[in-house]
Amino acid sequence: MSASERGLIYRLVERARRRSAWLYHFNAGACNGCDIELVTCLTPRYDVEQAGIKLEGSPRHADVLCVSGPVTRTTREALETIYAQMPEPKVVVAIGSCPASCNVFAGSPVIDGPVDKIIPVDIFVPGCPPRPHAIIEGIAKAIEKLSERKSETTAGAK
Amino acid sequence: MNSFRAFLALLVFPGVLYALPMGWLMLGLERKLKARFQGRIGPPLSQPFYDFVKLLAKRPVNRVASDIPLLVGLPLLAIGSTIGVFALLPVFRGESGFAGDIILLVGLMELAPLCFILAGYASRSIYGEVGATREAVVSIASNVPFLAALIAMAASAGSMHSAQIVSSTPWMVRVPAMLTILFCLPVKLRLNPFSVANAEQEVLAGPLTEFDGSRLALWELAHSLEWVALIGFTVAFAIPVRAEWYIDAAVFVLLSLVLVPLLTLLAASTARLKLAQATGMMWKWGGALAAIALVAAFFLRGGGH
Repeated sequence: MSASERGLIYRLVERARRRSAWLYHFNAGACNGCDIELVTCLTPRYDVEQAGIKLEGSPRHADVLCVSGPVTRTTREALETIYAQMPEPKVVVAIGSCPASCNVFAGSPVIDGPVDKIIPVDIFVPGCPPRPHAIIEGIAKAIEKLSERKSETTAGAK
Repeated sequence: MNSFRAFLALLVFPGVLYALPMGWLMLGLERKLKARFQGRIGPPLSQPFYDFVKLLAKRPVNRVASDIPLLVGLPLLAIGSTIGVFALLPVFRGESGFAGDIILLVGLMELAPLCFILAGYASRSIYGEVGATREAVVSIASNVPFLAALIAMAASAGSMHSAQIVSSTPWMVRVPAMLTILFCLPVKLRLNPFSVANAEQEVLAGPLTEFDGSRLALWELAHSLEWVALIGFTVAFAIPVRAEWYIDAAVFVLLSLVLVPLLTLLAASTARLKLAQATGMMWKWGGALAAIALVAAFFLRGGGH
């Protein structure tokens, strides 16, 4: 069903989702490189707040979960808890090469990753670290997915 | 008090019909101006409205059933009491209000922060509890000068009737009392130098850490209404002269909108204080201003009518 066939409320909600995505940033054992690049997006140079995007302190407030790092054994449980705490609809953006492939940490006994073994990932943003442009593009694509999602379902949810 | 007029004040102006869009506009203005002050473009003015709609359409994660009445009831109580404030604001001339309505007005205004504190404790999260404790300490520190200033105004006007207080407080009392209330305004709105309770990132999201989806939307609504109510309260008590109703309404709206950039400038240009610094500042400077108002009121107190 296309957006125009739906009622006014549906279209309003879809529009609101597109214009107000709140991020929660989770560091699953990253080296801090990707984390710095993500925070850069909020600075006056990139200013993602003009698209309504802001970083939230609590996962319960967030729509987009940004994961960086290869998921170490100690962060796995926290990642699962935080994913479960986020209300539907939600999307997950994996930032950097580590969550996609474990990068240089692949094969290490203390790594439980990559991320998509643990929670469903919607968008991967590769790079070590990715540039802020790439992160913003990834988040924009994730928001596109978010706005089309019904509140009950998440692709691949357990 | 004419009950028709009371309903009009509650539902139309300065009540729901005015306060809802005005609250979103004020929050939007605050975010936009803050971004401009920081050299950013910032979100559109409609941002708080979209945030509210988005949050309302999110499905909260299931929790223990015994938590839910509190988690839903507290924000609803905060919204309800804040809307009640609008019915009592002495915006217009004439026999609005009743003797003693200032007590009800202040009581309703203080109910929202109380719900905020209880919500922090009820959410059973360590961050919520830290935020709630901070909010409790800060609100005591800000309420002492705030209430002292109101008592000074009431004593000098010789009345507990808010319309009477507005019209007959002498300037010698009104100026220090209004300065005290202005000083308390950023504290009560939890704006930057005094954003100790809701300290973003520092204690996650303060008392609201565990609120999600539509329950958080209710809090966002309560917060936007609180802006309109507190700023409206300050404006209504600052101006003694009342004219035709449309002039009163226009002055009320304009002055409310003038206060928003000033508060935002303060918030954008300062860093967060520590709890002890913030409360110390309230006790010292707020207390000094309130003491001046009280001394002036003692010498100019009303004729006891």
